[in-house]
Amino acid sequence: MKSVFKRTPTYKNVPTHYCPGCGHGIAHRLLAESIDELGVREKTIGIAPVGCSVLAYDYLDVDMVEVAHGRAPAVATGMKRTNPDKIVFSYQGDGDLAAIGTGEIIHAAHRGEQITVIFINNAIFGMTGGQMAPTTLLGQVTATTPDGRDEKFQGFPLTMCELLSVLPGAIYLERCSLHNPAEIRKAKKAVKHAFELQAAGEKGLAMVELLSPCPTGWRISPAESMKWIENEMMKVFPLGRFKG
Amino acid sequence: MCGNEAMAESAIIAGCDAYFGYPITPQNEVTAYMARRMPQEGRVFLQCESELAAVNMVFGAAATGKRAMTSSSSPGISLMQEGISYLAGAELPSVIVNVMRGGPGLGNIAPSQGDYFQATRGGGHGDYRTITLGPSTVQEFADCMPLAFDLADFYRTPVMILADGILGQMMEPLVLDNPDNAIKRITGGKKTRYKLPVKDWALTGAKGRKQNIVRSLWLGEGVLEELNYKLQRKYYQIEQDEVICEQSDDLDSAEIIVVAYGIAARIVRSAVDAARQQGIKAGWIRPISLWPFPYGYISRAAQQLRVFLVVEMSLGQMLEDVKLAVAGSCPVVFYGRAGGGVPTVEQVLEHIKQLWTKQKK
Repeated sequence: MKSVFKRTPTYKNVPTHYCPGCGHGIAHRLLAESIDELGVREKTIGIAPVGCSVLAYDYLDVDMVEVAHGRAPAVATGMKRTNPDKIVFSYQGDGDLAAIGTGEIIHAAHRGEQITVIFINNAIFGMTGGQMAPTTLLGQVTATTPDGRDEKFQGFPLTMCELLSVLPGAIYLERCSLHNPAEIRKAKKAVKHAFELQAAGEKGLAMVELLSPCPTGWRISPAESMKWIENEMMKVFPLGRFKG
Repeated sequence: MCGNEAMAESAIIAGCDAYFGYPITPQNEVTAYMARRMPQEGRVFLQCESELAAVNMVFGAAATGKRAMTSSSSPGISLMQEGISYLAGAELPSVIVNVMRGGPGLGNIAPSQGDYFQATRGGGHGDYRTITLGPSTVQEFADCMPLAFDLADFYRTPVMILADGILGQMMEPLVLDNPDNAIKRITGGKKTRYKLPVKDWALTGAKGRKQNIVRSLWLGEGVLEELNYKLQRKYYQIEQDEVICEQSDDLDSAEIIVVAYGIAARIVRSAVDAARQQGIKAGWIRPISLWPFPYGYISRAAQQLRVFLVVEMSLGQMLEDVKLAVAGSCPVVFYGRAGGGVPTVEQVLEHIKQLWTKQKK
């Protein structure tokens, strides 16, 4: 019988700790598939962030480190500069990359660090209980914006791809979404491309932003979450390639 | 060659693969020296966007098994404390040099010893210690580096060098030779290069082995406590094996013992020599390893009744360790200058004389 679907080896066969409807599992799988298809597993070093996906190393069968909140691009810089032959990626949420680690991602991009960044944008702080993230939408109710985010007090949602696109050191920036199979297939291509660039020795930072559902943090069902990405998030975070 | 440059060159001799730093006075000679020398050796130099980034770049390089270091001065070292706690938690070998200046806050750029507590108590969060070495000459500042890298690799722990603005800026003749000799000199001949374990934990790509994970998060019940006990066992071994201390030859006959480290210890030495010429029975003890602190040396000296004078360029930090060692069996008095003030030989001598007169009464 012909096999039409199988688990990619770098994605471990273990039970998940992520909530029902969470996008991390999909994102992990896209990463694992890309690593396996490019045949770089044995020279890949990954960086897990602070947040729900701190346990990414429980799912991805590559050498991994877990680092302080937001510092992943600095850690990746230290790794890649001393090991130019390795493939180094960071996996970061929106609190990690767009709040506490804004300085590190901007300067890593600014220096043109040869690293791959997977940026999970779910418009919320998931692990700590659904607080406002820099990416939270206007009007969105969170634990720390009980009346909805108001630009007069909390500013507008921070769009990282657009922000980084002005830096010459960022060579590839693309925003994709994980809310339906068609978009997931596009996201897969983007993630793989971000690894390909590094593997080919292209000088510069490659980042893929993934709009990702967090039903628990959003206090809605997984099915409603997918619709919310399409109807609300994508208006503020348009999909597409911003660089490269 | 100034102290900062001598230390930097010694780090290169010790096999430092990567230096990450951010400019701050009074250690700017280090970044400038490394910017020129590291590329010549085919190694990594990077000026970072902040000390936060610098210490995390050290974390990244160290996680892959490389010898990595950073240097800074007091305010920058405060920023690095988050990273140092993670280095301790993830058990990553690394070397951090603090060329201390006056504080708190922005303070000034004059020499100080105000970061003793921060360095020896573990300035970041959590239950950890950092090996801390306090050199007092340019030669020692340089000799600390091969020892620091070996200690870091041997124990899988961050090591801090606690120097000050004077030591960083001053020029003295020195010998820069192989790490063996450097370690012999700084340890008074007790140690040579360490037999270092293979870094089989390092992140080098999971080729022909299971994945390696470097982490400091342990969520399961009791699992972090296990790590804490493991660290404590390591710290206990360090306390047993890695104390470095120097004392004056005539300590047995001394009735006044002056305790000081770093540049303050040199001033003390001159003051004690002058006091002895005046017939005062004084001696000195100079901790070189500040953690592990040489409690044994001081408590042995406190077995007979004498007065201890602690001299620091702070308003009393190492003083607490001396008191712990003396444990109430002898009087301990203090003289210190702060905010960039440096005690003079005359001032220290005056304090010794006063103690001597009191004692004779």
